[in-house]
Amino acid sequence: MSVWREAGLVAGKDLRIESRSRVALAQILPFGLIVVLLFAFALDPDRGILARVAPGLFWVAVLLASLLAIGRAFSVEEQHNARDGLRLAGLDGAAIFLGKAAAIVLELLALEVVLGAGVVLLYDVDVHGVGVLILTALAATIGLAATGTLYGVLAAGFRSRETLLPLLLLPVLAPVMLGATRAFEDGLEGVPGDAWPWVALLGIFAGLYTAIGVLAFGALWEET
Amino acid sequence: MPLVVRLRSVVCLLGRFPALAGVDLDVAAGEILLLTGPNGAGKTTLLRLIAGLVPMRSGEAEVFGADLSVDRRTARAQLALVGHETFCYDDLTVRENLRFITRAAGSPAEPDATIDRLGLRAVADLTHRRLSAGQRRRLALGTALVRDPRLLLLDEPHAGLDAEGRTVLHEIVAAAPGEGRTVVMASHELDLARALATREVRVDSGRTRLAEPARAAATETA
Repeated sequence: MSVWREAGLVAGKDLRIESRSRVALAQILPFGLIVVLLFAFALDPDRGILARVAPGLFWVAVLLASLLAIGRAFSVEEQHNARDGLRLAGLDGAAIFLGKAAAIVLELLALEVVLGAGVVLLYDVDVHGVGVLILTALAATIGLAATGTLYGVLAAGFRSRETLLPLLLLPVLAPVMLGATRAFEDGLEGVPGDAWPWVALLGIFAGLYTAIGVLAFGALWEET
Repeated sequence: MPLVVRLRSVVCLLGRFPALAGVDLDVAAGEILLLTGPNGAGKTTLLRLIAGLVPMRSGEAEVFGADLSVDRRTARAQLALVGHETFCYDDLTVRENLRFITRAAGSPAEPDATIDRLGLRAVADLTHRRLSAGQRRRLALGTALVRDPRLLLLDEPHAGLDAEGRTVLHEIVAAAPGEGRTVVMASHELDLARALATREVRVDSGRTRLAEPARAAATETA
């Protein structure tokens, strides 16, 4: 079986588990919305500030929610030692990486649509440069998922994985936060031309961590 | 008979604790080998080592001729392990869990034959979390059988099984050599296990005792 078919199998399995457990819908999505709402409460006296900093607040909310999604992607493997079953299944490590990352990408994109709508409504944001926003979201989300999957398997080997994952992941994701926020600012300000270097940075980051994941995940999956 | 498993002076550490402290073991094709010994003797670690799930510190380990220190995938493609846990996902049904394993093994076949063989038809569309302990044990056996392994590793397979489940297990193990399967099992249910086993090896303090070559002529590695 090809790596792509194996990746599709893993992604389908993870998405089916999430759709049935409703953890993403009932916990991760509300968590993201609460973060967006809390920022609105905290900065409400001056709604002009909210609109100006909306891109950064949006990506902070996505980043925090993504930590839960990434942790969840690996916690399902710990139940009943399913991780050993997946090892014994004989799937290629690269396929497991791509499948898990793809499932996280799809979950986060759905989350971003809802959080984006919340930001527009609550922060009084005028939407411009939709094309740039979509490309930015795609590149940033792939970068988040690839990096998260790679560090998720690293943290999975430790008892304190729930607290270790944010500690490992957040500093590494600083370029994604910076690039996505600046690209969103440029897009929303109606100067999408200024956003392309940031989109390129996000694309390079996503490609780099996807390549590292494809090469390294298998060994980490076996040894952690 | 060719050797399916060949271990020489295998040392395996769990942390700093030597879970296996120099194990020698030969298992020939078609054998039903019973591992006995007290709790903590190293039986589970030995089965997990053969499955390529725990690394060796030193020694030689070959399964189907593949050196486990460099190629676990070749060995894993031909074996299955029934462990203490089911290796299944709580939010997938019995059928979905088994289908995932068959698809991962590259087979498009539906797992209906395995579901029927294990008496799981009535619960085939229930999620794992809704199964009883006995049904979960049967499903664990199903995840192994559905891959049609040449080597079946069973760790305390009788635990949690009701009388009907034990009968099914007995039939599966007894039929294994005729189906081209080798079985290595660890069990405390000695009467039940000895009725099936063709050979017995005692594991104690991480070492194999009374181990003997699987067959006098069994020097050829598979």
